[in-house]
Amino acid sequence: MAKEQLMSYEDAIERFEVVIGLEVHVELNTVSKMFCGCANNFGSEPNTNVCPTCLGLPGSLPAVNRKAVESSIAIGLALDCQIASNGRFARKNYFYPDLAKNFQTSQFDEPIAFEGEISIELETGEVFMVPIERAHMEEDAGKLTHVGGATGRIQGAEYSLVDYNRAGVPLVEIVTKPIYGALDKAPELAATYVRAIRDIVKSMNVSDAKMERGNVRCDANVSLREKGAEKLGTRTETKNVNSLKSIENTVRYEIRRQAFILAAGGKIIQETRHWHEDRGHTSAGRPKSDADDYRYFPEPDLVPVQPSKEWIEEIRQTLSEKPALRRKRLQTAWGFADLEFRDVLNSDLLDEIEATVSAGASPQSARKWWTGELARLANAQQVAVQDLPITPEQVAAIQRLIDSGELTDRIARDVVAGVLAGEGEPAEVIESRGLKIVTDEGALIAAIDKALASQPDVMEKIRDGKLQAAGAVIGAVMQEMRGQADAARVRELILERAK
Amino acid sequence: MTEITSSSAAVLAGLISSKQVSSVEITTAFLDRLEKLNPKTNSYLHFNRENSLAQAKKADQQLADGTAVSPLHGVPIAVKDNLTTTDAPTTAGSKILEGWVPQYDATVVRKLREASMPILGKTNLDEFAMGSSTEFSAYGPSRNPWDLSRIPGGSGGGSSSAIAGHLAPLAIGSDTGGSIRFPAAMTGSVGAKPTYGAVSRYGLIALASSLDQIGPVTNSVMDAAMLQDVIGGYDPRDSTSLPNSLGSMVQSVKEADVKGLRVGVIKQLSSDGFQPGVKACFDDTIEKLAAAGAEIIEVDCPSFEYAVAAYYLILPAEASSNLAKFDSVRFGLRVTPDGNPTIENVMAATREQGFGPEVKRRIILGTYALSSGHYDAYYGSAQKVRTLIQQDLAMAFTQADVLLTPTAPTTAFKIGEKVDDPLAMYLNDVATIPANLAGIPGISVPNGLASEDGLPSGLQILAPAMQDAQMYRVASIVEKLYMDQWGASLIARVPDLEAL
Ligand SMILES: [Zn+2]
Repeated sequence: MAKEQLMSYEDAIERFEVVIGLEVHVELNTVSKMFCGCANNFGSEPNTNVCPTCLGLPGSLPAVNRKAVESSIAIGLALDCQIASNGRFARKNYFYPDLAKNFQTSQFDEPIAFEGEISIELETGEVFMVPIERAHMEEDAGKLTHVGGATGRIQGAEYSLVDYNRAGVPLVEIVTKPIYGALDKAPELAATYVRAIRDIVKSMNVSDAKMERGNVRCDANVSLREKGAEKLGTRTETKNVNSLKSIENTVRYEIRRQAFILAAGGKIIQETRHWHEDRGHTSAGRPKSDADDYRYFPEPDLVPVQPSKEWIEEIRQTLSEKPALRRKRLQTAWGFADLEFRDVLNSDLLDEIEATVSAGASPQSARKWWTGELARLANAQQVAVQDLPITPEQVAAIQRLIDSGELTDRIARDVVAGVLAGEGEPAEVIESRGLKIVTDEGALIAAIDKALASQPDVMEKIRDGKLQAAGAVIGAVMQEMRGQADAARVRELILERAK
Repeated sequence: MTEITSSSAAVLAGLISSKQVSSVEITTAFLDRLEKLNPKTNSYLHFNRENSLAQAKKADQQLADGTAVSPLHGVPIAVKDNLTTTDAPTTAGSKILEGWVPQYDATVVRKLREASMPILGKTNLDEFAMGSSTEFSAYGPSRNPWDLSRIPGGSGGGSSSAIAGHLAPLAIGSDTGGSIRFPAAMTGSVGAKPTYGAVSRYGLIALASSLDQIGPVTNSVMDAAMLQDVIGGYDPRDSTSLPNSLGSMVQSVKEADVKGLRVGVIKQLSSDGFQPGVKACFDDTIEKLAAAGAEIIEVDCPSFEYAVAAYYLILPAEASSNLAKFDSVRFGLRVTPDGNPTIENVMAATREQGFGPEVKRRIILGTYALSSGHYDAYYGSAQKVRTLIQQDLAMAFTQADVLLTPTAPTTAFKIGEKVDDPLAMYLNDVATIPANLAGIPGISVPNGLASEDGLPSGLQILAPAMQDAQMYRVASIVEKLYMDQWGASLIARVPDLEAL
């Protein structure tokens, strides 16, 4: 495909007003699926979590998962939405082989939650109120794998495989109203908004919220209009943008692409597009038009969901602290500088650090472990730092040994390596690897004397006041002790010898 | 053995429980008869002697062990072929499901098994229950035992002809606009559509979800009541099933008493458009009830005029969506066209070849009615009519305990007579459709033979939602009035099929 022409971002922003709209799909982490008792379980053998209902076999019927409704209401409440007293399901009719019944059971004009808002704080501290139009319940489709063919798409494939394990997994789709006035911050706002949604559903534990697994997926709508124009421009919808960085890049790219077309007198085609992170651009997908007729009608196999006021209040009581408030509280309590704290947020380590602090480590030491050594190790192994096989309690235990002088930073890193290698608890690693600081001063003095013997001029220099000369001896001693000595104590001993 | 096959289910149940006759003997008698006569009536699409007898044997064994499980223990039954069964194909009368054996039992089928009722086989129907004659079955029409050149009604003509022809003592039907009651009227049998939600729809291949209801087709009102007691009740797998019990139908039949009964005659369904012989039977019933002491009241249901029109928007709309799953991907027929088949044209070719003309007609109608720009005018308006009909009925039921109409405008017509005239076919259900739109129970009981053709006429009794017991009570009163006159059930007068 020919590379599309783009206007520079600055020029585009200068000339056009950006309007964005975001649709975020959140996969709920309920035990069972939305309309049947099958396990809602990621990573099972294909087509093992299936039954007549989620396979859409003739005669089967759906029954609503109460827990999924509860989670949906909780999300609605967290977004300051109103909760429908009569939430009806509707059928969205279209043919696709991953859709067992060839209709998706969703909600149309009577969503479970509607009319909410969420405040989003950008890096600059600027706060945007993002208006929420609705949050509705629906079921996920199965997963298609296209075999053969060049593109990995259904077109041109030799055959396709369908896995219905995901069919019927509960989703909540959160739809914003059009967001105006973000100007040059639109891409950042889009990404920050999605992160906020992800943080909320994660903190409420209604979703596993792993974007890389598709637990949180975003469709980004972008349109431009001439500054001062009243009528909205034609929008494009980029589907399934699955990382925060991609969302920002997608919006930025669409602004530049659309601006170029409009400035040249062209027209934006209303279509769905796909984002290619590797190539850094979007490409046209299916044209969307009025011919796209889903023939929505109320789902006759389900009675409306009518949550009682008492139930809604009960759910409201269980709502956890809002992520934005929690972040504020933790930053203050920990006394982190803005930059330090942003680092923590960007690497998504709030939970881990909080747990490490509650296990007894100081906030700064917890931060250093997670954003420093552990992040480095995770990066080297190409896994998420959260997925490293070490617990906050173990990190805190290691830090405690440093604080009490039983480990040096360097030995502590060996202990961490041992824990990660599956050698057991920190104490076991220390024991089996023999990683204790040598506190036997006799042994230290013997090592110092040995080092001094091979570097006889050092004593002279120290006595002349050139204290840095001790460094070479310390190095030799540390080597002799295989790193298991407290360098500060070695230094003291050397200076004492020189007296 | 003719004594066995012409007995009511209640009598058979008594013979079994008193160990005078075994379930195996009774089941064998019906199997012998249906194997011989089904070629004449085409009532059954599938039956399997070994399988049925194995179930009968098990029922007898339980009885021998002293563990009878239900009042109909051991009595065999025929099941309409749009209910899923794990041990028999389930086709819904369509080529698109030819040979499909479901992986699960419908809730009603499970209840029959739990009640130790051997299943004789699966009965014929118009494709996906769309029709009122069985002429739209992909496997040929069933024939009326009263006259084999005539239709047995539809869509459940397989079940009604099996009952009238004594090829089964009991049968299960499904009723979306009259598919139980109309065939019952055509064959002189009893057919009841319970209140919407009284019987679980789980495992019933959906035609129109908001209208479909499973119910009994039988020789007598008591048999129907006994069967509804077995198959009814809440099912967590069907969200639209009623959580509260409707009480015992059998008890209500036993306590039938005409005293204080207020009978409503619907102005819009008592005069025009009925065959004179059918109308005469209806008038006769009203006279009998009045003579027995019932109060007769005329009630007005002005919205009924629009019932058929509304029904033929709501039904196709829901059906167009319900039938979308027949796409060759997971089960049933798959047609791969020549050339370079894509998923779209495999789906299209499968549906083109797999569906018959009436099914296609209704899918197109329904797709159109739901399309944006047409939704409000068609589907939306139809739903408003539905509300008005419910209001008419609610008003009528403040004046009367039950409402009576002829079940069908005519007696059984000839095979081929209306098959090319969809509108004429649709009007067969003019009296039965309102009950489905309103979700109320309705039953058809035989009320004589029309003078001009000697064919059965049916009386429909409608009761308020969840008052199925009331419906059975009045049905039993009517049945008794006629039994007193005839000395036997109408079905006893069915010609000898073996001689035909
Ligand atoms: Zn399932």
